[in-house]
Amino acid sequence: MSVEPRYTLYHPRWYRRRVSVWWWLQNRSYAEFVLRELTSVFVAFFAVVYLWQLRALAQGPEAYGQFLARLKTPLFLALDAVAFLFVLFHAITWLNLTPKAMVMRLRGKRVPDWVILSSNYAAWLVLSGAVAFMLLRG
Amino acid sequence: MPSTVALTVARYRPEKESEPTFQTYEVPFRKDWVVLDALNHVKDNLDGSLSFRWSCRMGVCGSCGMKVNGTPKLTCAIFLSDYLPGPIRVEALDYFPVVRDLVVDLTDFVRKLKQVKPWIIRKDEKPPAEGEYLQTPDQVDTYKQFSMCINCMLCYSACPIYGLEPSFIGPAAIALAQRYNMDSRDQGAAERLKILSEHDGIWQCTFVGECTKVCPKHVDPAGAIQQYKLTAATHWVKSLLLPWGTR
Amino acid sequence: MGRITPLLWLLFSAGGTVAALLFPVHLFLTGLAFPLGWLEAPRYEFLLRLVTHPLIRLYLFVLISLPLFHWAHRFRYTLYDGLQLKHLTGLIAVLCYGAALLGTAMTAHLLWNIQ
Repeated sequence: MSVEPRYTLYHPRWYRRRVSVWWWLQNRSYAEFVLRELTSVFVAFFAVVYLWQLRALAQGPEAYGQFLARLKTPLFLALDAVAFLFVLFHAITWLNLTPKAMVMRLRGKRVPDWVILSSNYAAWLVLSGAVAFMLLRG
Repeated sequence: MPSTVALTVARYRPEKESEPTFQTYEVPFRKDWVVLDALNHVKDNLDGSLSFRWSCRMGVCGSCGMKVNGTPKLTCAIFLSDYLPGPIRVEALDYFPVVRDLVVDLTDFVRKLKQVKPWIIRKDEKPPAEGEYLQTPDQVDTYKQFSMCINCMLCYSACPIYGLEPSFIGPAAIALAQRYNMDSRDQGAAERLKILSEHDGIWQCTFVGECTKVCPKHVDPAGAIQQYKLTAATHWVKSLLLPWGTR
Repeated sequence: MGRITPLLWLLFSAGGTVAALLFPVHLFLTGLAFPLGWLEAPRYEFLLRLVTHPLIRLYLFVLISLPLFHWAHRFRYTLYDGLQLKHLTGLIAVLCYGAALLGTAMTAHLLWNIQ
């Protein structure tokens, strides 16, 4: 034996690996998870954009015009495009996970996942349509 | 079909080394062999010093969990043929202290399991003369999935939160708590709520979902945890609005 | 912190649902379709009239404030787990939920006063 035996009082030394700060790059599932979590940043980004739009609206037509002009700049178009992709990723992962998180029972039997999924997506379509209708009227 | 396949196995002998090393063995390839068969071949014929746990060799005891090519698996349930051409990397489960070679210490889980009181809790016992507690098939169905847990610990090994925060109570413990919470014979949901709604209980979970992916018995612990979050949050709202009684 | 965790989780869930169901269409229109001219953007007067409606004020309040709390809760855990900033856990919580509260207060103020 080249190394002194490492014994504590009652049992040999256990080996504990320290979790690396890059743990989330170790496999694809973990990386997808972190990507999903980072969508919240783009959700916050858009909430702030809408808050900003509200403020511009309140300040009058010139301020609102400036706001619109800002949104047309390449920087904001790029940011919005990226944000849109992330928000879409959030929406799809969120709606897909709902059947796992909310189990509904009807007359003793569990409502099948596909029913909850399709109602989610149907609600998504209906609400999106309603919003578009409201905003495209004038 | 090759005649042999290489198995690269993690070794850890605390009397000799301070960190795990790897050793490669050539084992015969048989198309009906699982990884556990290959490990047993190594122990019987090539290197008797290799230490690992196994028992039923048919996926019901939960003893033979190990990390195979980076994923936690039951070694009795995965075929060598699915891992060709090899080499197949076999290591001890992540996030548990390694005692020796492929053997890990599971005391932490056992302690947490006890904390969630995984047994039927009754406030009033029916005397045996009155007969059994009856359940309809639908009532069994509400908790049956969670009762399939074999305590194999693959879920803990897959959960990054458990790795980062060892005080997290963990997927299997919560799933088993739910198994009893949802059982119509049980009256102990309030007692379990106290433990589970602590800081290291369900609220640490961020729904990574890896636990459900690796579970060999399709228990869906991630689902159990999210469902319980809703239950706990609803209970919290009720206790806020009706502080004088939520039973 | 354990006493209000259920509330924070409920806000996170509600915010996530609002963001999932409504943000894609809003972001697509406001961030891409209108600036790029794919669809005709609503005029200023029309929007102002729309926003002053009491139900729309409520809708916009929910649309902006809940997703901010969704971000706060999720981002806090991402920093805590992903970057292992355990020693800063108190500070991170205060910054995240504080920012969400600030955004909510600003939204409420604007929506209360706009006309």
